[in-house]
Amino acid sequence: MKLELRGITKRFGTLVANDHIDLVVEPGEIHALLGENGAGKSTLMNVLYGFYDPDEGEILVDDQPVEFAGPGDAMAAGIGMVHQHFMLVPVFTVAENVVLGYEPTKSAGLIDLPEARRRVKEISDRFGFDVDPDAMVEDLPVGAQQRVEIIKALSRDAKVLILDEPTAVLTPQETDELIAIMRQLKAAGTSIVFITHKLREVRAVADRITVIRRGKVVGSADPQSAETELASLMVGRSVSLGVDRAPAQPGEVALQVRDLSVLDDAGVRQVDAISFDVARGEIVAIAGVQGNGQTELTEVILGLQPALAGSVRLDGKELLGRSVKQVLTAGVGFVPEDRTEDGIVAEFSVAENLILDLYDTPAFAKGISLDPAKVRANAEQRTVEFDVRTPSIEAPAGTLSGGNQQKVVLAREMSRPLRLLIASQPTRGLDVGSIEFVHKRIVAERDSGTPVIIVSTELDEVLDLADRIVVMYRGRIVGTVPGGTDRDVLGLMMAGVPQEEAVKQAASHHTVLGEADIVAEKESE
Amino acid sequence: MSAVTAPAPAAPARPAAQPLPPISYKGPIAYVVIALLALIAFGIVPASGKKTGFTVSTATDFFQIDRFDVPSKSTAIVLCLIALALGGLSAWYARNRRKAGVWLPAVYAVALVLALLVWAVAGKSSPLPLTGLLQGALFLAVPLVFGSLAGVLCERSGIINIAIEGQLLAGAFLAAVVATLTQSAYLGLLAAPIAGALVSALLVAFAVKYVVDQIIVGVVLNVLVVGVTSYLFSTVLKVNASTLNTPPRLPTLPIPVLSEIPVLGPVLFRQTALVYIMYVVVIVLQILLFRSKWGLRLRAVGEHPKAADTVGIKVNRTRIRNTLLGGAVAGLGGAFFTVANGLAFNKEMTAGKGYIALAAMILGRWSPKGALAAALLFGFADSLQQAFGIIGTSIPSQLMLMLPYLVTIFAVAGLVGKVRAPASEGIAYVK
Amino acid sequence: MNAAPDVPAADAKDERLEPRLQGALREMLTSNWLVTVAALLLALVVSAVLIAAADEDVHTTAGYLFARPADFLSAVWDSVWGAYVALFQGAIVDPTAATFTKAIRPLTETMTWSVPLILAGLGLSVGFRAGLFNIGAQGQIILGAIFGGYIGFAFGLPPVLHLLLAIIAAALGGAIWAGIAGFLKARTGANEVIVTIMLNNIAVYLVAYLLTLTAFKRPGSNNPQSPAIEGTAVYPQLLGDGFRLHAGFLLAILATVFVWWLMDRSTLGFQFRAVGANPSAARTAGININRIYLLVMLTSGALAGLAGSAQVLGTEKVLTAGVAASFGFDAITVALLGRSKPLGTFLAGLLFGALRAGGFAMQARTGTPIDIVLVVQSLVVLFIAAPPLVRAVFRLPSPGRRKQVSPTPAPVTKEAAA
Repeated sequence: MKLELRGITKRFGTLVANDHIDLVVEPGEIHALLGENGAGKSTLMNVLYGFYDPDEGEILVDDQPVEFAGPGDAMAAGIGMVHQHFMLVPVFTVAENVVLGYEPTKSAGLIDLPEARRRVKEISDRFGFDVDPDAMVEDLPVGAQQRVEIIKALSRDAKVLILDEPTAVLTPQETDELIAIMRQLKAAGTSIVFITHKLREVRAVADRITVIRRGKVVGSADPQSAETELASLMVGRSVSLGVDRAPAQPGEVALQVRDLSVLDDAGVRQVDAISFDVARGEIVAIAGVQGNGQTELTEVILGLQPALAGSVRLDGKELLGRSVKQVLTAGVGFVPEDRTEDGIVAEFSVAENLILDLYDTPAFAKGISLDPAKVRANAEQRTVEFDVRTPSIEAPAGTLSGGNQQKVVLAREMSRPLRLLIASQPTRGLDVGSIEFVHKRIVAERDSGTPVIIVSTELDEVLDLADRIVVMYRGRIVGTVPGGTDRDVLGLMMAGVPQEEAVKQAASHHTVLGEADIVAEKESE
Repeated sequence: MSAVTAPAPAAPARPAAQPLPPISYKGPIAYVVIALLALIAFGIVPASGKKTGFTVSTATDFFQIDRFDVPSKSTAIVLCLIALALGGLSAWYARNRRKAGVWLPAVYAVALVLALLVWAVAGKSSPLPLTGLLQGALFLAVPLVFGSLAGVLCERSGIINIAIEGQLLAGAFLAAVVATLTQSAYLGLLAAPIAGALVSALLVAFAVKYVVDQIIVGVVLNVLVVGVTSYLFSTVLKVNASTLNTPPRLPTLPIPVLSEIPVLGPVLFRQTALVYIMYVVVIVLQILLFRSKWGLRLRAVGEHPKAADTVGIKVNRTRIRNTLLGGAVAGLGGAFFTVANGLAFNKEMTAGKGYIALAAMILGRWSPKGALAAALLFGFADSLQQAFGIIGTSIPSQLMLMLPYLVTIFAVAGLVGKVRAPASEGIAYVK
Repeated sequence: MNAAPDVPAADAKDERLEPRLQGALREMLTSNWLVTVAALLLALVVSAVLIAAADEDVHTTAGYLFARPADFLSAVWDSVWGAYVALFQGAIVDPTAATFTKAIRPLTETMTWSVPLILAGLGLSVGFRAGLFNIGAQGQIILGAIFGGYIGFAFGLPPVLHLLLAIIAAALGGAIWAGIAGFLKARTGANEVIVTIMLNNIAVYLVAYLLTLTAFKRPGSNNPQSPAIEGTAVYPQLLGDGFRLHAGFLLAILATVFVWWLMDRSTLGFQFRAVGANPSAARTAGININRIYLLVMLTSGALAGLAGSAQVLGTEKVLTAGVAASFGFDAITVALLGRSKPLGTFLAGLLFGALRAGGFAMQARTGTPIDIVLVVQSLVVLFIAAPPLVRAVFRLPSPGRRKQVSPTPAPVTKEAAA
């Protein structure tokens, strides 16, 4: 099935998310849509999928114009989508999620469960997924949930499959498996549109690449193009790939984690007797696939969750058992994983957000009374220092872009002397400019002597920033490796393979992305 | 395929000798303490020598069971000891990390309630009519059942419906007026859902179209309905009472054979059409909500509207339809106050039942059968309070009247476990 | 809040500058004040339909509507106009009154009625801004009246001290009652809407029960009422014995200022607002959510308790079962109309006090039942809550950015709210 988008324009208020975009996807082609966060890729795909109505332009299927009133029409036309943030109802089973909207029914509208299960099994077996149709989705690990998403899209005979940032939650080895599935589908005649902001993947997978920047198509490329060329197309200026940083000069050990264990509500150990150290002036990255205990680890250190056992000592003082406020006052800076949910208060002004955990300090309050002048002065200073773009310091923080919101969070945490900085997924969803800024500031914090912990599922970021890498899998530490470790080794460790074994395996078999790394290194020499 | 990515649902196998989470004895302690208090209050303190009378039969049963009397003090002591034993049993369960079935708290509650009854009616000349008590419980629970079902429908699809009180009141009003105008209780019954749906229409208009906070809309709608119905009552209805506000009563329709079984018969099968409709609605909703296409889509919209939208389900349309349906169900429940009893409409006659229905919905974990059970519980508390009033116990009437509300607070405070609302309820869906 | 696409940071300077006057006019037309006034007008119009519908003359003339439509129209007009004139005369000034004092009496009545509305409304507004739906004002007023009243009639104390103690006791009573709900919410996550409503009902029965006890009964009276409040414990009259206005009004003003300071200038209020706007972010920033829930309810209840003191120590001067009247629910509408801001709540309290004062006069003079006031109140709140609706009806322009032609559209980050 040939799919064409002509002149698609989509506006949200005054913002033009898609600006007269043309795109052609030939049958049986893997077509990559490359662009940084915020470029408009997801919006375009949501238009294609019928989720949004385009303001201008048309969609053609096999050279015939079509109009989609909603996702139902798009699915009926053979377009399936696997979303970046899974569209799965957590309290439903796999089968219920897969058939939602397309349910097989018996009399009186009752759902034919055996038939639903059969549908799941059929596709699952075809690709070797091994998914239980009656499992509750919220109990499944992230990788399995993605497979359910894929099954859902395929169960409606998709002829074009759109994958939105599918590798965000996968290890390099899992990415290899996904690539194998994509090639299987391609061989069967399904076209694939692959949305990503990761250069490495794109060159390894795509037949053709379309680059989008700020809502417009800025160029078409083939996989042979150099990485730097693709990067400048994507961002619009020359980009230095990787962070400039001086080698770390770690001082004495500041944070000592010993035998830390955390239980969740179901009594499962999300963190299982882990121990590690962080020294002053070094960046330790906690790497691992989402859902292996990293979130719980950071929350326990902050005091949001109680620990089952173990100790966390910062400069000799025990942090466990203290309230969040006490931990923050002890000099811990915390950049949460989900900035809109946990990082900022959208209704509060930028100025108020900048003192969200400082409102009762002498700098801003006399006893119980706030000093608005001091709050304003602080906001003016910090927004300049951290390059926060906002119409005014009184503007609600919810109106800022993601990158600026993250800068507000950073500004707040870094505006006091820190004994430890914890940053969880610090650049998730940010555009390249903001990513560069955030990385620079983190490195600067490290260079000023602060121990830094980064939690990231983005291997690129881990490889860029980390002085040492701690790999977590199922709540345990698989190994601790130095910063420049090979991507494939890391990937295997993220899947639970112990370090020595991982090194052996990686040496003998490179993944697609690992290969891409090697090629990129050669190119930059 | 690869062992690396094998999905592993639920807990990974734990190696042996790892510390397990600490056991919580809060539940068993509560059971034991309350049973002890009951033992002292109902069993030990009262004087001996008194008897409590119970009757269970009604005139038309298959066979008659005579009134029986029990020695008050000893019976109460025995019942409290049973409760105490169950408390101990629950401690044993907790220690062995096993879950006791629903039977344990149920039997416990029955034992303590019986002890309360025995104590309260000790030495009185008139017996406590157990069957009458149960009949009253079911009867008084009717508006609560309809109200909580309405709540389930609305909240499961994502709309918080605080306006149940207003929907009940509107249904009562319209049922009374239409029934009087047509001199047919059944036509009044038919009109009641329309009033409830009208109130629901206002709820969705403001909640969905204008994205106003749903709790606020609900509370204000209740005030509005009280205002409008009270106003119309004080003006139009008062002046034309005979033509507009003297509804006929719904006749009782005993089901042959079934209604003659002792105890259960009169309670379940000697009721009005409204109650029989209630049975049907509960069963139908329970099945459809969890096993049908309509139910799956409804629940998806309430849990994860975006996911539903991406498969082509119209989120707001589903919410609107189901809230209107919920309003209709609540309106039907409102007919209870006027037409089911043959009573004229009066100002604010629902007296807060709508809010208790909300509590029943929460207690019933947003499922029709749970809501039914919870509503019956509240109905029983209400019926108990009335029975005590008739018999004349030593407990002051005002304190008895507080009983249903206290029970509600205990229920909602999660003393019966943690509850989990539909994930997206109260959050308007805006693309 | 679902994630709408982020709006880019606007350019600092506006491309086009409108003439000053046009700008000011536009400001006025889009302001919230105008919407409030428009909502009130709309509510009065809709209520007028009800007034007309219940009027006898309207019914009779409707019978021959097509023969003599003028009769019908004039009957409608008479009924509505008559009712609203009586409302105005009962609430603001009565030009037909004999003396000057009688003429301004309505205004003082409005102020007197507004005192408990303002106090309880302030309490509820604190709760709303912290994300807690405290529907329990009625119960908290009753408990405040019980505590304050008891101090007021059961003890003999020197003048100023007696009143002060009674006021503090009233605040304490309301605080405790609301605190129960706050405690349960903090400890068990219990839904405060239901708990506070249940506590309302319990409070009603509680006061009825207490009035049967000898400690609370007035000797020699068959009606359930407490002994009269001692003269040393009543709010002094502000305008002498001819009027009902008492010093509670001053307390209301003080309370408004206090709530403004609390919510907008104090660290505690900062925490209240943060918890109301985003509890997860507040938690991550070190705020103790459960402690805040409890403190919010205590504050909210204390203010409602003060409203109870205004009733029992100011207007009624005795504790009866009906001491809270309908102030509990009215206070909710006051807080909503005032958009939970202190000044707005104060003004809204005055407005609804006017409606109540006028409503009684309207009922006395034209026979329109006072229930119509409830209708007006709830309609106003509904319309206020839906500005687009009011704007659509009156064809007012909507506020917000004029179309900006930004030279470089900033990158958009679409945070998908899964």
